Amino acid sequence: MRIQPGQTDPAVIRNFCIIAHIDHGKSTLADRMLQITGVVDDRSMRAQYLDRMDIERERGITIKSQAVRLPWKAGETDYVLNMIDTPGHVDFTYEVSRSLQACEGAILLVDAAQGIEAQTLANLYLAMNADLTIIPVLNKIDLPAAQPEKYAAELAHLIGCEPEDVLKVSGKTGEGVRELLDHVVRQVPAPVGDADAAARALIFDSVYDTYRGVVTYVRVMDGHLGKRERIQMMSTGVSHETLEIGVISPEPKIAEKGLGVGEVGYLITGVKDVRQSRVGDTVTSAAQGATEPLGGYEHPKPMVFSGLYPIDGDDYPELREALDKLQLNDAALVYEPETSAALGFGFRCGFLGLLHMEIVRERLEREFNLSLISTAPNVVYRVIMEDGKEVDVTNPSEFPTGKVDKVFEPVTKATVLVPSEFIGAIMELCQNRRGALQGMDYLSEDRVEIRYTMPLGEIIFDFFDQLKSRTRGYASLDYEPHGEQEAELVKVDILLQGEAVDAFSAIVHKDKAYGYGVEMAKKLRELIPRQQFEVPIQAAIGARVIARENIRAIRKDVLAKCYGGDISRKRKLLEKQKEGKKRMKMVGRVEVPQEAFVAALSTESSSEKTKK
Amino acid sequence: MPSTLPDGDPVPASGRLPGSALRGLGERPFGFYVHVPFCVTRCGYCDFNTYTASELGPGASHADYAATAVAEVRRARAVLGDADLPVETVFFGGGTPTLLPAADLVRILGAIDEEFGLAPGAEVTTEANPESVDPAYLAGLRDGGFTRVSFGMQSAREHVLRVLERRHTPGRAAHAVREAREAGFGHVNLDLIYGTPGESDDDWRDSLAAAIEAGPDHVSAYSLIVEDGTRLAARIRRGELPMPDDDVAADRYLIADAMLAEAGFGWYEVSNWATSEAARCRHNLLYWTGGDWWGVGPGAHSHVGGTRWWNVKHPAAYARRLAEGVSPAHAREVLSAEDRTVERLMLELRLAQGFPLAEIERPPVVARALADGLLEVEPFKAGRAVLTLRGRLLADALVRDLT
Repeated sequence: MRIQPGQTDPAVIRNFCIIAHIDHGKSTLADRMLQITGVVDDRSMRAQYLDRMDIERERGITIKSQAVRLPWKAGETDYVLNMIDTPGHVDFTYEVSRSLQACEGAILLVDAAQGIEAQTLANLYLAMNADLTIIPVLNKIDLPAAQPEKYAAELAHLIGCEPEDVLKVSGKTGEGVRELLDHVVRQVPAPVGDADAAARALIFDSVYDTYRGVVTYVRVMDGHLGKRERIQMMSTGVSHETLEIGVISPEPKIAEKGLGVGEVGYLITGVKDVRQSRVGDTVTSAAQGATEPLGGYEHPKPMVFSGLYPIDGDDYPELREALDKLQLNDAALVYEPETSAALGFGFRCGFLGLLHMEIVRERLEREFNLSLISTAPNVVYRVIMEDGKEVDVTNPSEFPTGKVDKVFEPVTKATVLVPSEFIGAIMELCQNRRGALQGMDYLSEDRVEIRYTMPLGEIIFDFFDQLKSRTRGYASLDYEPHGEQEAELVKVDILLQGEAVDAFSAIVHKDKAYGYGVEMAKKLRELIPRQQFEVPIQAAIGARVIARENIRAIRKDVLAKCYGGDISRKRKLLEKQKEGKKRMKMVGRVEVPQEAFVAALSTESSSEKTKK
Repeated sequence: MPSTLPDGDPVPASGRLPGSALRGLGERPFGFYVHVPFCVTRCGYCDFNTYTASELGPGASHADYAATAVAEVRRARAVLGDADLPVETVFFGGGTPTLLPAADLVRILGAIDEEFGLAPGAEVTTEANPESVDPAYLAGLRDGGFTRVSFGMQSAREHVLRVLERRHTPGRAAHAVREAREAGFGHVNLDLIYGTPGESDDDWRDSLAAAIEAGPDHVSAYSLIVEDGTRLAARIRRGELPMPDDDVAADRYLIADAMLAEAGFGWYEVSNWATSEAARCRHNLLYWTGGDWWGVGPGAHSHVGGTRWWNVKHPAAYARRLAEGVSPAHAREVLSAEDRTVERLMLELRLAQGFPLAEIERPPVVARALADGLLEVEPFKAGRAVLTLRGRLLADALVRDLT
């Protein structure tokens, strides 16, 4: 009975997470742990058991973390291991940090054939800052290309241990997994908390479930959370009735006695929206609540914005409904209605980053069957006017036209890990993107960590694709927000026949305005079909034209022959052409096909991506 | 006439027309089109319904084609009833009608006259390849009641004719015009094609000059259309020939209009010029102004009172139907009021007489077309939409905007 939820002695609890890069085998290792600890029998096992969403399984990305309670006997003692899954991508740094906060230890899992990647390194630093016990592990030692000695040395160098302390496992074959679990029991400290104090539990994840409403994942720090208890969210002060409290093992199990100090589990209160149960918030009891929340809560802050428009204007209500539904499960997604003269009715959406944006877009298209045009992503600019007024610009077309004094843009600290032969290529690319070199360290003989500060606006514009193509895919990137800087930024407008097309406006550094204007004007000349009149395409900063192209007028649009046998055919052709015309967007008098917008707004690299 | 048939509704075996089609029969001008689906060789650009074999089965070979066509003429009378329907125009097209003996063409014309009666001063045209006629043949036609010949000249330049895979020599068409004149034909047309791969502006000027010099009273000039499924399309796809360019075609059109106008030919339809109002092709005008006509022959299209139909495509299938006493019609469409409005605008806007402004439902588009220089100012003041030279080249775009 010692290890039943609500009655477990914190001394036998071990809370840990796994820090790993995509593809380094975290899910497979987790699968083995489920089997070895006996919580999933071989018959019910399926690959990547814990990854719930289809997109996660297909992309191999774990977007939402979960916590699994695993029983484990070491020596004569029964232990409870709580494995807390962490998201592995750069956009979700804050979520990662909250997951880490729920743990005392972290398994640093690295592919023995590839070595550590930049995002893993960033998360490792987060874990070290959170004072977690790090257990370095090389995975996939069964691979012929594995170089365990080389990468053990790399890991030892990073965390300050001996290479022989690095464990070696194969998630695929299960080799070394039992030893790893024993090691977790020995090395990771037991949780410590005040069982008699008012309840305080950290929300480290919050997931919307169609049938249950919001499922909130918590780690109890102090006190006890009971069944049928009124609880309170400390950031908002809102209280709810707990309808269910339990643990995941790996299917949900109700905890009749609630959850005690050091335990990890879930609670359901019947709320329907994850924004009412935010990651990082502190749960306490409504009756004798704690006065101080656990530290570190932050409101999610969108960093990247993009306009999303239905290709068929009639789908606007469906898009709104779909965004409403997605937001139930995504507290970081923000959106508000927006009208574009060129694209019609849509939404300006804010995302944590590029991956977050891609995931949202893909879910809208796949789960809600919508066809969308998205405008080029942009960051948030803080514009100070000469009269001292301040404007936050989330849409380039709304960049103020009046007397601008200063413009501030968000800056990131970017880390690139790369084989040393590519140092030159990386430096050239980063310099070109207005990066400032902060330092460089050799992780091993031939692998380098390069640190830059760089405007976020440069990173979200196809930087990652460039990085990959210039390093034959070997470079990995991590970046985190690093304040803001003043910059000489200008708005470049694209005009068709003298009329600005809002969807094509962009804010760029003044040195790059010309290049952007020339490229965009050229692209549009290729994409927009000839009209009955000449169409000048101009790129302009304010009233100053910096690039110009011309779409020559079409001169002949008439069939030569129209005799008795041609009439029916010609009338039908006319009807078909008129249907096609309905799909055109009008910019002034210029008919622009949808495809032209889609193609002009996608960077070359992203169109390649869709081809794959 | 392109060989691909449109989709349509089924036609009863009797070929009986809906009541709506027969209403007002005889109040509209009435004509006959006779399709002769034979050629000696198929030209590289041609997608017409034509065959190079002389034996295509019973009723569909050169020798017995006239009898089959006559059978359809008799059916036409039965379907259209007893109404007084004097035939204003007859047009023999193909294919190459002149591959049949002149007597065969005259025999078919005779059947039309017997059943319906030719109107006084009726226009009777046949298309002809310059190499397929001689003075005796032309005299036979003239004596049999033909009033007009239309020769497929296409070009006066040998290298252009080669790309088109035409068999005649450059000088032959002009010679044929003289022979037709000598045989007593008052109306002679030359068909020209521009924009053929390899043709230069000067080649085109030479062709126009040669055509004018030959002395016809009518010229039709068409930009080369690359139709799917032709040898020409295949050669372009393989990269052996360049795709004709629309800007080049526009230039050639301007050249044609200028040279023809200079020589006394006035345009009366986008692709047609004539020396006088009397020289205009009345049969084609009947197509363009909502007249009735019966199309005889495989794949031939007909129109009577807002019903369009078209015959089965293959000559053998066509002949079999007639032998069995069944209508050779393949499918038809009964035009809605909206269809008829669209067709009227689509056809009449191409004519020099234009379209009445009062009947156009979108005044702002008309005003813009005037401002853009697509419509003539003077006729506009008088209430008609008449295309300018530039407007003629953009007629389809304007029709799309106006409907």
